[in-house]
Amino acid sequence: MPRITEDTIDAVARLARLSLTREERTRFARELEAIVAWADSLHTLDTEGVPPLRHADDDALREDAPRDGLPRELALEPAPDQAEGLFRVPRILP
Amino acid sequence: MTSPLALLSATELRARVARRDVSVEEVVRAHLDRISAVEPKLDAFLVVAPERALGRARRLDSALAGAAPAPPLAGVPIAVKDILHVSGLATTCGSRLLGGYRPPFEATVVTRLEAAGAIVLGKTNMDEFAMGSSTEHSAFKTTRNPWDSDRVPGGSSGGSAAAVAARMVPLALGTDTGGSIRQPAALCGVSGLKPTWGRASRYGLVAFASSLDQVGPLARRVEDLAIAASVICGRDPNDATTASLAVPDFAAALPRGAHGLRIGVPRRFLAQGVEAETLVRFDESLRALASVGATVENVELPHLEYAIPTYYLVATAEASSNLARYDGVRYGARAVDAPDLRRLFGETRQQGFGAEVKRRILLGTFVLSSGYYDAYYLRAQQARTLIRRDFDRAFTRCDAIATPTTPAPAFRFGEKTADPLQMYLADIFTVPANLAGLPALSLPCGLASGLPVGLQLVGRPFEEETLLRAGAAFQSATTHHELAPPL
Repeated sequence: MPRITEDTIDAVARLARLSLTREERTRFARELEAIVAWADSLHTLDTEGVPPLRHADDDALREDAPRDGLPRELALEPAPDQAEGLFRVPRILP
Repeated sequence: MTSPLALLSATELRARVARRDVSVEEVVRAHLDRISAVEPKLDAFLVVAPERALGRARRLDSALAGAAPAPPLAGVPIAVKDILHVSGLATTCGSRLLGGYRPPFEATVVTRLEAAGAIVLGKTNMDEFAMGSSTEHSAFKTTRNPWDSDRVPGGSSGGSAAAVAARMVPLALGTDTGGSIRQPAALCGVSGLKPTWGRASRYGLVAFASSLDQVGPLARRVEDLAIAASVICGRDPNDATTASLAVPDFAAALPRGAHGLRIGVPRRFLAQGVEAETLVRFDESLRALASVGATVENVELPHLEYAIPTYYLVATAEASSNLARYDGVRYGARAVDAPDLRRLFGETRQQGFGAEVKRRILLGTFVLSSGYYDAYYLRAQQARTLIRRDFDRAFTRCDAIATPTTPAPAFRFGEKTADPLQMYLADIFTVPANLAGLPALSLPCGLASGLPVGLQLVGRPFEEETLLRAGAAFQSATTHHELAPPL
């Protein structure tokens, strides 16, 4: 059974792109450990051969047909920073 | 002085507008006055939009000046949970991260309600990104329970429930991922319907857990829920998950009553712990259902005891994925002075999200991560199948399943925030319907220790009509829904 340590929280926070404070690291490690230990009750269930349920209706698919989305200007309007019809972010190439 | 108009139901208001007894503008002003009088005590709204509402009211009055027939919600003031986009208004989702976001499109359910004559008065407070059962996780304000200002209104649609209970609006929209319509409805003493998954469009709804999320109405009377449900339900080309099934005129079906309906009660599951007086109110409400012709029998739902861990693994996994989009690039607030993209993401999310949202993103990321996926996420999805099969089996013997909506009445502020598990456990009776994708209705069923509690009815997929018929019959035999909080 996994035990959630501050190292686990660091790894998961990196995957989730969340910077955490030192206090948050400690607190979330303790809280998630308790929650996951409690969720371990699911391991008493016999799930042999039971298919997973992902959605109440797995047939909810639409035709894959192209259609117009939001006009570019509207889609860009709520952006914190934009230029030349694009979202602007800090430099990612050296 | 509260205008008598503010005490009327949506059905009664619409009838008076249709008869031209009263103008839409008068109806809207009466409710805006009521909001001015009681909102300072409750903080149910994040924004009230009088100009927008009065402008629309006058336009509807002009449209109704001739002999034009009144639409089904003509002149009915509504409140909308601030997770649904309304044209011209910001969406905050109870979060700092969205920072004044103005959506470039509108939620289909809002467009449909306004096309049916409803007038949006404002947007209501909620737990951040709908994550919570008390509205205490809002980044902006604390909404108070109209029955007791020291207690939570429930959540996450706490603002909508408080607004309806306090007679600020007769009808409101909420959303329900694990009980977020039904639980606050119960704790504030109003009625709330979570339709079947796929029944109402989620276009323009900010996603939390997509296999569970559903939009639905809150009102004081079941007939108001029925009218609103007929308006908002149905296929929407902008939401591929909406079902193409025809939507009945729910209100027209209500007179058929509850005679002959078989109500199943999972007695063994209730033994998990229901506060004594809440259980008394529940048993009384079963007798009221029997008095209107329903039969009541026990059913077994053996896997419901696994519903809460199943829910918190599935919902957080989906949330961690859905909330990945908040990165400070395309919308919302952005951390300033981040030197590179990775730190821009990390700092934006660190500053923008509250503790409960971070906790759930971390848990969801953990259960989806390599090495834990099968042990937690996959296993939870298998448990979900077992829960769905329990319901399928029970529904061969009964038409609806009854439980209390919550194990106890509203708790005090701060009572459950220190220990997230305690908050999660209170969702025991509401999460099963979301996991199985079923419709569910909460009805006021009296007071426990002077605070409202709810009766929940869960139905077969797409059989909202059965629940609403039972609910209307229940309200014809009881007066709990007429109780008003002492404001």
